[in-house]
Amino acid sequence: MANENKSVWTSISFWRRSAAWVTGFSAILLIWLTFDSVNQIAMGSDADLQKAVAQKREINRVPAPTVINYHIDYKMDEKRGHEVPVIGEKEPFFGKEWSPQEAAALLHLGKLTSQAKNCMNCHTLLGNGAYYAPDLTKAWLDKAWRKGGPLQAMTGKSTREEAMAEFLQHPSQYPTHARMMPNLGITAEEAKGLVAFLKHMSSIDTNGFPRNFSKTVEQFKTGGTNAH
Amino acid sequence: MLTSIKTNQFQGSESKKLAMMYFRVALILFGAQLLMGLIAAIQFIYPSFLFEVFDFSVARMVHINALVVWMLYAMIGSVYFMLPDETGVETVGIGLGKLAFWVLTAAVAVVVLVYIFIQVGPGKESTIWLINEGREYLEAPRWADYGIVVAVLIFYYNVFATYMKGRKTGIVTVLVADLMALAGLYLAGMFFTDNISMDQYFWWWVIHLWVEATWEVFVGAVAAYALIKIIDAKREIVEMWLWIEVLMLFGSGILGLGHHYFWIGTPEYWWEIGALFSSLEPVPLVAMFVHVLYDWGKEQGIAKAAGKPASIVKNGPAMAWIVLNAFGNFLGAGIWGFFHTLPQVNIYTHGTQFTAAHGHLAFFGAYATILIGMMYLGIQEAYGLKQLKATFKSKMAIFLIAFGVMGMTIALTIAGYEQVLIERAELGGGWNSYFVGQSMPWYVQAQIWRTIMGVITFIGFIYLVWDMLTIGKEQASAAADAQPAAA
Repeated sequence: MANENKSVWTSISFWRRSAAWVTGFSAILLIWLTFDSVNQIAMGSDADLQKAVAQKREINRVPAPTVINYHIDYKMDEKRGHEVPVIGEKEPFFGKEWSPQEAAALLHLGKLTSQAKNCMNCHTLLGNGAYYAPDLTKAWLDKAWRKGGPLQAMTGKSTREEAMAEFLQHPSQYPTHARMMPNLGITAEEAKGLVAFLKHMSSIDTNGFPRNFSKTVEQFKTGGTNAH
Repeated sequence: MLTSIKTNQFQGSESKKLAMMYFRVALILFGAQLLMGLIAAIQFIYPSFLFEVFDFSVARMVHINALVVWMLYAMIGSVYFMLPDETGVETVGIGLGKLAFWVLTAAVAVVVLVYIFIQVGPGKESTIWLINEGREYLEAPRWADYGIVVAVLIFYYNVFATYMKGRKTGIVTVLVADLMALAGLYLAGMFFTDNISMDQYFWWWVIHLWVEATWEVFVGAVAAYALIKIIDAKREIVEMWLWIEVLMLFGSGILGLGHHYFWIGTPEYWWEIGALFSSLEPVPLVAMFVHVLYDWGKEQGIAKAAGKPASIVKNGPAMAWIVLNAFGNFLGAGIWGFFHTLPQVNIYTHGTQFTAAHGHLAFFGAYATILIGMMYLGIQEAYGLKQLKATFKSKMAIFLIAFGVMGMTIALTIAGYEQVLIERAELGGGWNSYFVGQSMPWYVQAQIWRTIMGVITFIGFIYLVWDMLTIGKEQASAAADAQPAAA
């Protein structure tokens, strides 16, 4: 053929082959990175968690469900340049320490309930979902739920977890704004599970998202930090 | 369009008849999507509207599910429409394809009714199997997931068997490979885990690798087909472009997935990978835009030089929607996506109205436009028209819908700025900060404008349906009247 392509740039077979190679290479790279990422975000064991607490260093990006037995904080890490979850002393969760089996079962119930109640179509979890209600990534750490915080005071409960569980069961009884959370028929057990799910989520290392979480308006005015 | 069920002139192409069946359902679901969006938009302004009756979460779930499903329907319809033309043979397994259509449509109807009337269930496995899975975009309960897999397998078998039997053009080759990836990726969303990071890791495999990779390649293939069909673009040029697009779309889009892995618990290396590759994602979208305009100008120039009269466009409305696609894809997916794809920006914008702004313009610009264009191609052929000209209604539809969606996008972008600066940057997120941001006057104003623009979009949709119901019939009878006079 006299009219055969003289330039590689107008050759269909060149582009076809290039497309196949680039796609294949990208896909292989993604799969390879996925092996590493999945390994890093796999839920840790209770033993890892105990070791991490004792040595004051992080071992798993997503800790074991028993993290609900510990105090969780979110502090600036100078080396990494953003805030990271810090797992501290033991503290009771709903008045007791949960065994690995109990904690896992509670987290399972909570995660399942979060899907069954469609939380993600109003809230964001890890920043993903809908934008009609606050992000829940670090909701457990929100100052409003602490002792003396307005949300805890509103429910009349004396601990963070009980206040959150009470709110979840009867959300429209505790309106904070014109936009309210609807009653979703969440039972007492499901509410406990949801709070465990939220506490666990707050312990996930999210590379500093959300930044400067839950600075209050007052702190902002005085230029304070948000360390708990 | 609806009347063409009986009067179609596809001359025995069952594949094209099946395509029209998919298009009809797609159009109905498109309407449902817009209505649900309006309800949700009103709830932003009047939170008591339908409170504890039809909550935001329900309206929003149906809004985004109707979106995904109508697009998948229109995509399947487009494939059934293209196949006979591209392969030169009638599609294999049409009987089975029709059965799959009815099964899928019945399943969609049941799922939607359950969403609307049952809404949520207890925190048990049975809820995610029967009511809803509670994962954004993938809310379909597990039983429906399996139904979708079966229906898609039948569809894919038909496509593949037809491909093996007929002509293997570049366009169909791309489609066959792309659809396999598209269908296979759905499986990555069909599991339950207690680990929310793991959950979202693979959830993004479905969402991102659909809308930022396989769906985009699909659009490239459909646009290539439509250009040949509407303006007689040269196949060699169109197909060469298509392969370049595949190279660039997959080359940037597959690892661009990393921009969803900045904050979900995944390691820091995704910052660099996600930033680099997702920043490249707009490049093929520019290329696609240039390609469409280049081909159009070139073919028009050739026709003019040959002394042919006026426009070479055989289907006015379809061409208009495809040009809008080329521009909207670049603007909505490319520009609005690039705005907040770098981690330095995204740490503040992630999960705000910014994302909603991008989502609206990208889904519309990249997908809704070209799929509407394909429906117009279907109408033209169903009535056996040599040329389909845009009517006043077609023009009102495209203008009002494009104006409305652009308006919503701008309003949501302004709302996003407010939210990002006040809630995130100044106050650091959290319950209190969230509501401070939501109550800022300019934020509220932006939400009002979004609703107004939503209404304009809906009026445009009414024009669109009206046009689709009448355009074919009107122009067919006009052509029939003109013929005896000419003879």
